[in-house]
Amino acid sequence: MTPDYTIVALADQGVLIECGERIDLEINRWIDCAANAVREAGIDGVTGIVPTYRSLAIEYDSVSITQATLIDRLEALLSTLTATRRRARRWRVPVAYGGEFGLDFDDFRQRHGLSREELIALHSAPDYRVYMIGFMPGFAYLGGLDTSLHTPRRDSPRTRTPAGSISVGGQQTAVTSVEAPSGWHLLGQTPLATFDARRDPPMLIEAGDSVRFVPIDEAEFARLASDCAWRPDWEWCE
Amino acid sequence: MSAMTDLAIETAALRVEAPGMMTTLQDGGRHGQGHLGVPPSGALDALSLGLANALVGNAPDTGALEITLMGPRLVVEGDGCVVAIAGDAEVLLNDAPVDAFRTLALEVGDVLQVKRLLSGARAYLAVGGGFAAEPFLGSVSTLARAGIGGFAGRALLAGDRLPLAAADLGRERAGLVGEQHLPQREKRPIRVVLGPQAAFFARAKQARFFSAQWRISTLADRMGYRLTGPTLASAKGHNIVSDALMTGSVQIPGDGQPIIAMNDRGTTGGYPKIATVIRADLARLGQMKPGDTLCFEPVEAGHAEQLWRGRQQAFGDYLARLGG
Repeated sequence: MTPDYTIVALADQGVLIECGERIDLEINRWIDCAANAVREAGIDGVTGIVPTYRSLAIEYDSVSITQATLIDRLEALLSTLTATRRRARRWRVPVAYGGEFGLDFDDFRQRHGLSREELIALHSAPDYRVYMIGFMPGFAYLGGLDTSLHTPRRDSPRTRTPAGSISVGGQQTAVTSVEAPSGWHLLGQTPLATFDARRDPPMLIEAGDSVRFVPIDEAEFARLASDCAWRPDWEWCE
Repeated sequence: MSAMTDLAIETAALRVEAPGMMTTLQDGGRHGQGHLGVPPSGALDALSLGLANALVGNAPDTGALEITLMGPRLVVEGDGCVVAIAGDAEVLLNDAPVDAFRTLALEVGDVLQVKRLLSGARAYLAVGGGFAAEPFLGSVSTLARAGIGGFAGRALLAGDRLPLAAADLGRERAGLVGEQHLPQREKRPIRVVLGPQAAFFARAKQARFFSAQWRISTLADRMGYRLTGPTLASAKGHNIVSDALMTGSVQIPGDGQPIIAMNDRGTTGGYPKIATVIRADLARLGQMKPGDTLCFEPVEAGHAEQLWRGRQQAFGDYLARLGG
């Protein structure tokens, strides 16, 4: 499926292949596919490729290629795009829900009239799709949140939320990777270091992968937290 | 004798007596990592970074200290070194004034202080051979928000010891005087290309964006500059499905006051972007600080490309004159 797209200038820094204004699985898959095709084409002068939910930014250096030439190359590439997708990985992400691990957990479940068990079951049931890595190093935006859990962001963002927070904002849920300000609701925390600058590779989860949450208790969190340090955590990849 | 032997094997370093307002190690940037959520970081004024490096014989994008408004006080340890500072800076060597844009040969025990900046917001201190710092994803630039790059992933603190990559490199360049190029001296609007979401704003709002004088608010850091001025309401709302950001993306959030994304920005953002700053004007933008005013001027992408190639050519010519 080729969605309708337009290519617009990001000044002389990049071009944006834009596919409309919505979160859509088919569009996101096409973006993933297009990103891989551009990467594999190895166009001289392209310096970065940033896929998002519904757009793909291509950064370039005009000393090596003009924008007009780049757009011609991209249009040719996109017109012959075939569905050759990178093999997506499936991650199991252990999560301790509530208490000190998820400061908003109780407010959140009361707001939706759910018991602790019901909220955990609803949040950990889906196979989430990683629509995008963005905002912060390794921050994974997940699509597929149960519609009954869609919740507007907090009125007042927190200035600091811990690394590994599992949170809900609007119709999305996320695995956060580094300590950051956030207006999302904190439901839990994973001991899995999805980002570690000292490790190779530093990031575990990529756009197009899938994530399933595995509820764990406090003791398991403590054990995994000391265990996971420094390891690539491949065992959490199915 | 044994004391001398100890000295000889001690690595050359700069010890931080006072860190300055905010001093970080920055290079040409951590490019091409946006798909991992990792922003470019790097020098906010990459031109001045290049000028400082050129004077000590380094490649233009080599990591150097980015100094913000008030600079650090540094003591030379282990071995001598050559340094150069690019920026409109008041510099003291052992408490006596010395010039910026000049290659200085320092001896063990010398105290170098960048007291303050006389104009602009940033100056760059480069050292011959560069600093010894562990690159992350190909760059030593500090991203303090994520604790990566630089020295311990943060701004300098008093007592830090900044090891040098090489001992006493480039001494033959001592006394070299460079051109005093200061991007902040160029008084003209910041040039932008409209888009990618300019269509969110009615023609009258776009006209307002270009006619207004904007002031940089106190909320201005390496992540972004918030501007104050007339309110720019979007006809289609202020939330979009998150989309990629560039350094220089001009976002319009719900309060209608623009935010320019800078080097430590998020890689994506959810506000519509009325315009994108052109490459040739990023260094000048990087020299701005709270209270400064600016206007925007629209140009076409093709013209922006010509300006950028012209800048790169001029920089190459300058390096050749300096005797690379």
